[in-house]
Amino acid sequence: METQNIYLPYLMEIEKISEEAPFVKTFRLKFINPEDAESFSFRTGQFGEYSVAGVGESTFCIASAPTRKGYIECTFRKAGSVTTALSDMEEGSTLGFRGPYGNVFPIDEWKGKSLLFIAGGIALPPMRSVIWNCLDLRENFKDITIVYGAKSVADLVYKEELRLWDERPDVKLVTTVDPGGETPDWKGEVGFVPTVLDKLAPKSENTIAIVCGPPIMIKFTFPILEKYGFADDMVYTTLENRMKCGFGKCGRCNVGKTYVCKDGPVFSLKQLKQLPDEY
Amino acid sequence: MERKLLTKDSYKLLISKIISGKYQLVAPVKVDALVDFRRIKSADEITEDYIVTVSSAKSVAFPRNEKLFGFEKNNKKLEQTDFDFDSIPHTVLLGVRPCDAMGFASLTSIFCWDSVDKIYTTRLERTIIIGMSCAKADASCFCTSVKGNPGNTAGNDLLLTKTPDGDYITEIVTEKGAKLVAEFYELFREDKGAEKEPLLANVPEVFELDGILAKINSKFDDEVFWSEQAMRCLGCGACAYVCPTCACFDIQDESHGKTGQRVRCWDSCGLSLFTLHTSGHNPRQNQGQRWRQRLMHKFSYMPDRLNTVGCVGCGRCSRACPVDMNIAEHLKSIIDN
Repeated sequence: METQNIYLPYLMEIEKISEEAPFVKTFRLKFINPEDAESFSFRTGQFGEYSVAGVGESTFCIASAPTRKGYIECTFRKAGSVTTALSDMEEGSTLGFRGPYGNVFPIDEWKGKSLLFIAGGIALPPMRSVIWNCLDLRENFKDITIVYGAKSVADLVYKEELRLWDERPDVKLVTTVDPGGETPDWKGEVGFVPTVLDKLAPKSENTIAIVCGPPIMIKFTFPILEKYGFADDMVYTTLENRMKCGFGKCGRCNVGKTYVCKDGPVFSLKQLKQLPDEY
Repeated sequence: MERKLLTKDSYKLLISKIISGKYQLVAPVKVDALVDFRRIKSADEITEDYIVTVSSAKSVAFPRNEKLFGFEKNNKKLEQTDFDFDSIPHTVLLGVRPCDAMGFASLTSIFCWDSVDKIYTTRLERTIIIGMSCAKADASCFCTSVKGNPGNTAGNDLLLTKTPDGDYITEIVTEKGAKLVAEFYELFREDKGAEKEPLLANVPEVFELDGILAKINSKFDDEVFWSEQAMRCLGCGACAYVCPTCACFDIQDESHGKTGQRVRCWDSCGLSLFTLHTSGHNPRQNQGQRWRQRLMHKFSYMPDRLNTVGCVGCGRCSRACPVDMNIAEHLKSIIDN
């Protein structure tokens, strides 16, 4: 795509749609123009603007790993007008994508360390990119633990991948659902993510924790990590704020002088603690 | 700086020649009781009877609404028609006040922050800015408080200053300005060396900028201060619309059947929906936080991140405010509190 117009999206074909949970879908997207596919690259943690022509653009992370070439994936919940229109699209349809934007998870710096992923609900998608990225480079890391919780069994996303991770001897997976969200044959934990994490008593030594979830989960998870000795620069998260452009011009996503689109979306807890309360 | 003299007759002739040539001319005209920038077809339409125009000159490079690209949908297929850069007109912008001219530097810093917005830069590149020094000011003007002045050449390609005889001292500020003078060289005379300073308005300094820049960050968490400041703010966003440096925008789709366009339009941090998430969460929930964003963006974030102050002291926001909030007074109280 030869253009000087930074607002013109790539055209992407929806190759595959997966139903993840009620109102939650994953799209596998392929570049329609082969030259775009050739020149495009991204790193884990980055996001994009996905659009339905005539309805508008919406911001989500790229949920697939950069190690999986030839496509990108996004997972979204039907919530506003754009995600509703996306939800109505069929395989083979064309949508727009701008990106990649934002910074990345510093996985090169994590070499030789253990990784503890903690996610809640619809916040697994941004983390799924970095999980698969690290699993595809498995020899670079020591222990990999994933703690994932959702309101109910039905609300767990990527059920097939949870099974794959569970089967791997080199991954420890703990899944949980909120009390009352379990089914009779549920074999995972029952309880909120911070409680389950506390029970797990994670070792902080030489370990990076990556946390992503609803604000309430984050709020109660950080103190647990602190209790087990995780330093603020060993904990990472990814922020979301409303955006229009994705590259520091439209004026929406800044938290004080920090722009989520340019300085983020990935922040360490150390950086997060320096941000004003505006996210 | 090289100077020429443009007599009042040659000034009218210059305007006519510009209009009949390859440029479109945008200049201040009377619109009912107000004065605003419009594309003009004759020199007689221009007025000089204004302190500042109602809207700033920014729309020449950053229009209120603009099509970013077009699209057509056919079943599952989508075709996009890219923005037509050739369609951007060559424009002469006349009668711009020095404050407005200075505002383009702020806009450029935002539109060129890492990723370059070529739509904006091409529009600006194709615009020749002929400024007009201020002989008059009013109580809302405070350019001298933000490092401007009524005869400031920065941001202009040519700056005109009207002499008591009705002629115009013409300062040639940029290469672009020099080219325009060369194009119409027969209209310009040798400058007689009249002093410019006595011809300019007196704009007293209302506050000390360095004092604000030094103190504003420490006020961030003072919620009482901001909510008191914004107590009567209606959140209408008029201040942002008339501002020469406000660049915040929205992107929306418009479609009719199969065809449509993606459009960029001005937006404002003062509007309550500006940062609202679909979930209902809003990082800037009250008007105090939104007013804080407005002042801090201009006097903290932009200086810090883009090395430019996001205010040129034109005073338009104070004049446009329906509840009479005066930005200079609000800024002054940052130092005083």
